Amino acid sequence: MSETSPKPRPLAGYNFGYLDEATKRMIRRALLKAVCIPGHQVPFGAREMPLPYGWGTGGIQVTSAVLGPSDVLKVIDQGADDTTNAVSIRRFFSRVAGVATTESTAEASIIQTRHRIPETPLREGQILVYQVPMPEPLFKLEPRVAESTKLHALADYGLMQVKLYEDIARQGEVGTSYNHPVMVNHRYLMSPSPIPAFDNPKMHMNAGLQLFGAGREKRIYAVPPYTDVRSLDFEDHPFKPVRAPHACAICGSEESYLDEVITDDAGGRMHVCSDTDYCASRPPLEDAP
Amino acid sequence: MTPGFAEPVLGAQSSFRAMLHALSHPGRIVALPDVPQAPAPLGPAMAALALALCDADTPLWHDGGAAVADWLRFHTGAPLAPAHAARFLAATSAPPALAGLALGSDEAPQDGATLLLQVSALEAAAGWSLSGPGIETTTALRVSGAPLGFVAERAALGALFPRGLDIMLCAGRHIVGLPRTTIIREER
Repeated sequence: MSETSPKPRPLAGYNFGYLDEATKRMIRRALLKAVCIPGHQVPFGAREMPLPYGWGTGGIQVTSAVLGPSDVLKVIDQGADDTTNAVSIRRFFSRVAGVATTESTAEASIIQTRHRIPETPLREGQILVYQVPMPEPLFKLEPRVAESTKLHALADYGLMQVKLYEDIARQGEVGTSYNHPVMVNHRYLMSPSPIPAFDNPKMHMNAGLQLFGAGREKRIYAVPPYTDVRSLDFEDHPFKPVRAPHACAICGSEESYLDEVITDDAGGRMHVCSDTDYCASRPPLEDAP
Repeated sequence: MTPGFAEPVLGAQSSFRAMLHALSHPGRIVALPDVPQAPAPLGPAMAALALALCDADTPLWHDGGAAVADWLRFHTGAPLAPAHAARFLAATSAPPALAGLALGSDEAPQDGATLLLQVSALEAAAGWSLSGPGIETTTALRVSGAPLGFVAERAALGALFPRGLDIMLCAGRHIVGLPRTTIIREER
């Protein structure tokens, strides 16, 4: 079991949470409007951050604007607390904000995530911050931002329905196993960021607040708690979350989302929970590796 | 002139978080942990939100008189603007006609204004019944001192969604969020 680290002493010379106050105010105003218009992408003036685009610059800016000294921060990358990206971001905020960090979903007040929703259900008051590479769900169908903005204004999402229909007509099923578009509050088509389709149902009526930050694309959006989030589908082809038909090799879970791990060069493989905190909180199997 | 937040960085952060929580759970009464001393008639909660969010980028309207104008301009640096051009409005009494405020456009609904509205008291009791995103079933809220016809005037903007106005009710050090998606039913 993981435990919350004690609060470290922040580095001298940085404002609390790294960003300056004017930037935080700008991001905070964008966040508040995003919560008021669920699923709508609010433009914001993303700053350069001390890490490259694609490593979570949007998520870090959102976390920085939201974070307070009493928060407990958890960061996951594809469900794991112990990968480079997650460890670096956790260490970044413990240095520039002096906040306590944790690997436990239940103990965290803010969870920054790349591409997963934790298995442990969020509770009220918890904030999930997503790192988003491409906030525009229509970008592969309509590359012009001016046009896709208009489509959102008109709630004209026929293009996406046609794309899903063509998938079904060609392959018999929808071809998106991740980043499957959702309708938020019956109004806005939204990219769930590339979380697996398995996680999509967790967004619906979630007790926690979900904030999304896209640094390169300079967009912020949000799903408030207890908000209707439907994965786009058809009556005769309902949305199906995909899960590998195996049990976790370590904890034996048949409910959690699994990663496939190649174990040798002779075709050996095993499936383990993608959510490391969830896996570690369960008793291991007797023959666990 | 009275001071702003005792700790500007932490005061702004805690006030923002309270507002984020209030807008995430419309109708829920949220207490602000750190409020500045503002000149009357500006209440502590309204003053804290203005300080936390307003700056040179946000045209600000208020009806508080000369002392409030000086205080807001000194502490936030926000340009004072007529109501229709303001991003933030601090109304210590009846606000200007809601339909005449900035409501954003269909393409940029985030340009709709935020109205901070001072009322005399907020109670978690029967009065209004609220529903919408952020509310699991319904939330009961009793507001004393809301402007006459406020619920109907606000409801008339509902058809414009996603354009609209987001409102923070402020009483003492407490706030309640009413995002444009919240539906208010008056119970008799």
